[in-house]
Amino acid sequence: MTFGEIVHLVINEQNLFIFFSTVAILSALGVVLNLSNTVYAALSLVVSMLALAGLFVMLNAEFVGVLQVMIYAGAIVVLFLFVVMLLNLRGGEMAADRQPFLKLVGAGIVIAATVKLTSLLGAARSNPSGIQKDWMPVGPEFGSVRDIGLVLYTDYLLLFQVSGILLLAGIVAAVILAKQKVD
Amino acid sequence: MEFDLSKIPITLFIFSLIVGLFSPIMTWVERKQSALMQDRIGANRAEILGIRAIGLLHPVADVIKMITKEDTFPLGGSKFLHNIAPMIAAIPALISFAVIPYGGHYQAWGADWTLVVADLDYGVLYLLAIGSIAAYGSIIAGWAANNNWGLLGSIRVSAQMISYEVCMGISVVGLFMVFGTLKMTDMGIAQQETFRVLGFVEHLGWAQAGTAWVDFVKLPMWGIFLQPLGFFMFMTALIAENKRPPFDVPEGESELVAGYFIEYSGMKFGLFFMAEWIEVVVIAGLMTAMFLGGWSVPYIPDATLVEFFRGGVGVNMANVFAMIIHVLIFFTKVISMIFFLQLIRWSLPRFRYDQVMDLGWKILLPLSIANVAVTGLIMLLVKEVTG
Repeated sequence: MTFGEIVHLVINEQNLFIFFSTVAILSALGVVLNLSNTVYAALSLVVSMLALAGLFVMLNAEFVGVLQVMIYAGAIVVLFLFVVMLLNLRGGEMAADRQPFLKLVGAGIVIAATVKLTSLLGAARSNPSGIQKDWMPVGPEFGSVRDIGLVLYTDYLLLFQVSGILLLAGIVAAVILAKQKVD
Repeated sequence: MEFDLSKIPITLFIFSLIVGLFSPIMTWVERKQSALMQDRIGANRAEILGIRAIGLLHPVADVIKMITKEDTFPLGGSKFLHNIAPMIAAIPALISFAVIPYGGHYQAWGADWTLVVADLDYGVLYLLAIGSIAAYGSIIAGWAANNNWGLLGSIRVSAQMISYEVCMGISVVGLFMVFGTLKMTDMGIAQQETFRVLGFVEHLGWAQAGTAWVDFVKLPMWGIFLQPLGFFMFMTALIAENKRPPFDVPEGESELVAGYFIEYSGMKFGLFFMAEWIEVVVIAGLMTAMFLGGWSVPYIPDATLVEFFRGGVGVNMANVFAMIIHVLIFFTKVISMIFFLQLIRWSLPRFRYDQVMDLGWKILLPLSIANVAVTGLIMLLVKEVTG
């Protein structure tokens, strides 16, 4: 047995998938269950994002994976942490604000997701190759930056620009809100 | 998913070079260059049996001091986060050199060598992503210390990192447009070409096509010549991400004592500094690979260099010679870049906190967006004229 085969035995696609998905689920649970400490919850969210990025890379969607790390793990959660630290919330101060209504909504979403996932698993079991008639096969370039760029700027140009305008409106709104507070 | 084991030697080479050589020597460079610039003697006290070796033994003394120091832990802090924060700070610095090519592509004795650890299609994006995670080490360190100075440092780190990530990403978009790639090896190959600086004179009708003096003035297609504004903005953003002076507000000694690493001692403190110095090397390597022509010798494409040696020593040895020359050229550029960064570090005073934010949001961001627009316009014009 060569060194390469031993490495492959430990680090292969299946083991990596098990590793990333376990970490993603455990850290996602950490976000939800960590009610006493907001900073720990935000840090669990980062770990979850990173594990998801690993799963994206394994699906050949490297561009999405890198964006996941850059935007969600690298920028948005840093903003979360910034706000949490600025307010300096410690020890369950947020717990008092929890609303029963949100709990109900959350439970509903969890049940719906579980039902959908179970049906998907059943479908996957009855058709293991998972290929349906109307699905298009993807090319070898699938998931590359060039491919995504081409699709974004040709087929989905309008949607792309509309989402850009939406973001711009969000920025303008944020600036107006911030200005009002200062005056 | 197969693992390319042939990458292990070049990985070990670059890792040991960065961690084992550059990082310790950086501590010496920091002291020696500041002494030179401030007209002091500096860094010459550490000695073994009377041998002082122009202060080169100081890194050894540093390491011995840090390893033997007591490891303290702040009361009321979070022990787990306090322990992992230095590692989180060091890991991004260590893994980011993976996509930076320090040489071209060589074939000798039937083997292929590409001198980069991971030749990713989205190489620059990978670096931006790693850079954006690097903030967590410092943020966690300051928060876990249960210390107000540390917390203030953390808040400043997170604000500064978010601000400069934005313009860091946008300031290199112009470069992506010019080279048409995100892959670092392709950028290196593209920078071996040359372009005629005065080529526009012909198209304006001031000179005839093929005029000698127009053809004579040529520059290599380096990022710094094609995107001068992008070079300076990207460098500014990188220095800010690195949290070194003049952007060291998160750790400013005179305001926050030491900022986010205030409660660290011994080798954990050392790890923060190691990360910072490795980041300096990574920044220099990144600037070299993207803006300063990478491994290539100016005006001499790789193939010409191999061809030059080929007559005397055969194809295989010619490739090896070219490889050695390219690696030396790359690290010469990196070292010059490090000296330039250190020059900035010792020349400029620390910005005030609001000045740091203003520079990022009100100057760099609009300029970098304008840079993208102007680059697109010029590329369209050039395409229109040359066809």
